[in-house]
Amino acid sequence: MADQGETILEVRNLAVKAGDRLVLESVSIDIAAGEVVAIMGANGSGKSTLGFALAGHPRYEVVGGEARLAGADLLAMEPQDRARAGLFLSFQSPPDLPGVRNNLFMRTSLNSVLEAQDREPVDAFDFLERAKGIAADIDLPAAFLNRPVNEGFSGGERKRNELLQLAMLAPKLAILDEIDSGMDVDGIRSIVETVGRMRAQGTAFLLISHSLAMVEAMAPDRVAELDGGRISRIGSLDLAREIARTGFSRTRESIEG
Amino acid sequence: MSAAHDDTTIAQALSRPYPHGFVTEIDSDTLPPGLDESTIREISRLKREPEFLLKRRLAALEHWRSMPHPDWAKLRIEPIDFQALSYYSAPKSMADGPKDLSEVDPKLLETYEKLNIPLHERARLAGVAVDAVFDSVSVGTTFREQLAAVGVIFCSFSHAVENHPELVERYLGSVVPLGDNFYAALNSAVFSDGSFVYVPAGVRCPMELSSYFRINARNTGQFERTLIIAEAGSEVSYLEGCTAPQRDENQLHAAVVELIAHDDAFIKYSTVQNWYPGDEQGRGGIYNFVTKRGLCAGARSRISWTQVETGSAITWKYPSVVLRGDDSNGEFHSIAVTNHRQQADTGTKMIHLGKRTTSRIVSKGISAGHSQQNYRGLVRVAPTAQGARNNTQCDSLLIGGECGAATYPYIETARTDATVEHEATTTRISEDRLFYCQQRGIDPEEATGLIVGGFCQAVLEELPMEFALEARALLSVSLEGAVG
Repeated sequence: MADQGETILEVRNLAVKAGDRLVLESVSIDIAAGEVVAIMGANGSGKSTLGFALAGHPRYEVVGGEARLAGADLLAMEPQDRARAGLFLSFQSPPDLPGVRNNLFMRTSLNSVLEAQDREPVDAFDFLERAKGIAADIDLPAAFLNRPVNEGFSGGERKRNELLQLAMLAPKLAILDEIDSGMDVDGIRSIVETVGRMRAQGTAFLLISHSLAMVEAMAPDRVAELDGGRISRIGSLDLAREIARTGFSRTRESIEG
Repeated sequence: MSAAHDDTTIAQALSRPYPHGFVTEIDSDTLPPGLDESTIREISRLKREPEFLLKRRLAALEHWRSMPHPDWAKLRIEPIDFQALSYYSAPKSMADGPKDLSEVDPKLLETYEKLNIPLHERARLAGVAVDAVFDSVSVGTTFREQLAAVGVIFCSFSHAVENHPELVERYLGSVVPLGDNFYAALNSAVFSDGSFVYVPAGVRCPMELSSYFRINARNTGQFERTLIIAEAGSEVSYLEGCTAPQRDENQLHAAVVELIAHDDAFIKYSTVQNWYPGDEQGRGGIYNFVTKRGLCAGARSRISWTQVETGSAITWKYPSVVLRGDDSNGEFHSIAVTNHRQQADTGTKMIHLGKRTTSRIVSKGISAGHSQQNYRGLVRVAPTAQGARNNTQCDSLLIGGECGAATYPYIETARTDATVEHEATTTRISEDRLFYCQQRGIDPEEATGLIVGGFCQAVLEELPMEFALEARALLSVSLEGAVG
């Protein structure tokens, strides 16, 4: 795990196209180990685009700028290598994988990450023990581990499943894209507890959320507003409260409606 | 990382070479190409057959000549010159009929060894009895004595004709009549060998039975015949595997399989079909035109087909069950994989005649490359089938944008109290699913394997242990990715 204070994520003048549209013009942001930065912004301002571009989604094309994860050039890496290097993206809408059991999927994932770090892979029994422990921590019944990944899961269950993987993989950087949407109060408490625990161990968080309550509960180190393809304002939790009161800056038409 | 890159990665993974493409150099007695009455008489003479069989062959030939080549399936088939094929080929060393495996040509044994089919005595450890069919003849059947001790007859078809003609005469063609369809008629005229199983009343067959079909000779069709009879209260599990050398021309395989289950009997028939599929451009490969049908003749009898189809240039088969006995049950579990230029038109027929008969169909089709795959299934509920029930689950998985999949479910029901359920889904290994796996550190090949394995899980669980392992290995060769 990273030392507190070490810069985990460094983004400089990042420009990203989705299709023909330049969604992010120039985004710069730094997050240190153990820090939480909340990104807020109107619909269509490019919050999810930032997460996908950093994770390497093929539909988002980086056309300028730099991004480093603990010093390594993120943009030069394949998506799986970014994950192995310690980048985790909690999806706003995680897809299902019909018939693929959660425990097989997660063990394959964990072992890929461990292997990249030259660490011993875990066998099925050790994995199950570890997974059950984490599932209990986040109030997810152990039976979830035996179900196919996200198949027939409710929105809230999918998000808990993301949380389970987050806790399992213990990444250097976690990008949480509206992890609170669809979650009940217990679920939100689980998020706050998990993030608190992992933060103390040095994980850096980029939190994307629309909810002031969520942002407040996470006690972010900084709050940034995304507008016009740039970070338009940056400040403390007070910025989040101000946005909640007066609304977002809108320098251009929202695309996502 | 672009979408195009993803496709390339998968495409590379998909184009692993066919591992069973070697040819065995062995002297064979092969009939000259061509098919007429004299060919039939010659095959019958070579096999020293009784009169009834010759008559049956000649009747089938006459029937076949009157039939047009069927064209209803959604398949592109180059016209086949039936006069250019040879209808009988046997290794020379088999001419005098080896008494047991120790007399079998070592080259033949080596061939099966290479294919991981153990025919040696040490095969006992494997606990599976094997009948190995090489081109037109059976080269050996293991465990015959041990099975005979409990009354089970497991032998080559030729051996059955010689030693149990009354059973052959009674049951041959009782499920698939000689004029049933074009290729069944052709098979009935020219079939040369195959496997025969008879399980007496009340006997639960003590081991898995299996046959292994190998096409070796060039320009030769393989026309095998399998007949399995399960008497009242008996049980048998039968496995079938197939491979062929890599050749540039197409080869024809037109088998007929008949199963008969009497009262309370259970027959489980599993196939892992891995005939040479042709190359990436679609050159060569086996035409696999097969008729497989089971008759649930008795009350509460059960027949279950499980197939994993990864090979053949063209697959055209519909393992079916005729549910005649009251409360009988038919099942069909299928995984079909097509890649490159392969074509498959496959599915099943469940014919409900008896009261409270039930059937279940689970079909998983995986298409990749430029392949075309169709599920074609018929569920028919006759006026006599009071309270019949069917459940069909039919899923397609598409890999890449160049392949095609279609579903043709036919339902014909003559009763209002019948329950017929049909559910079909089509899934892609979408960019989003693949990216999700990658975001968790899993590379695209392994992700494809996981997704395919998950998709096939329900059918793989149906296979006997030995074949489940082989099937998984086969899926990973055909579609790469550490499946399982």
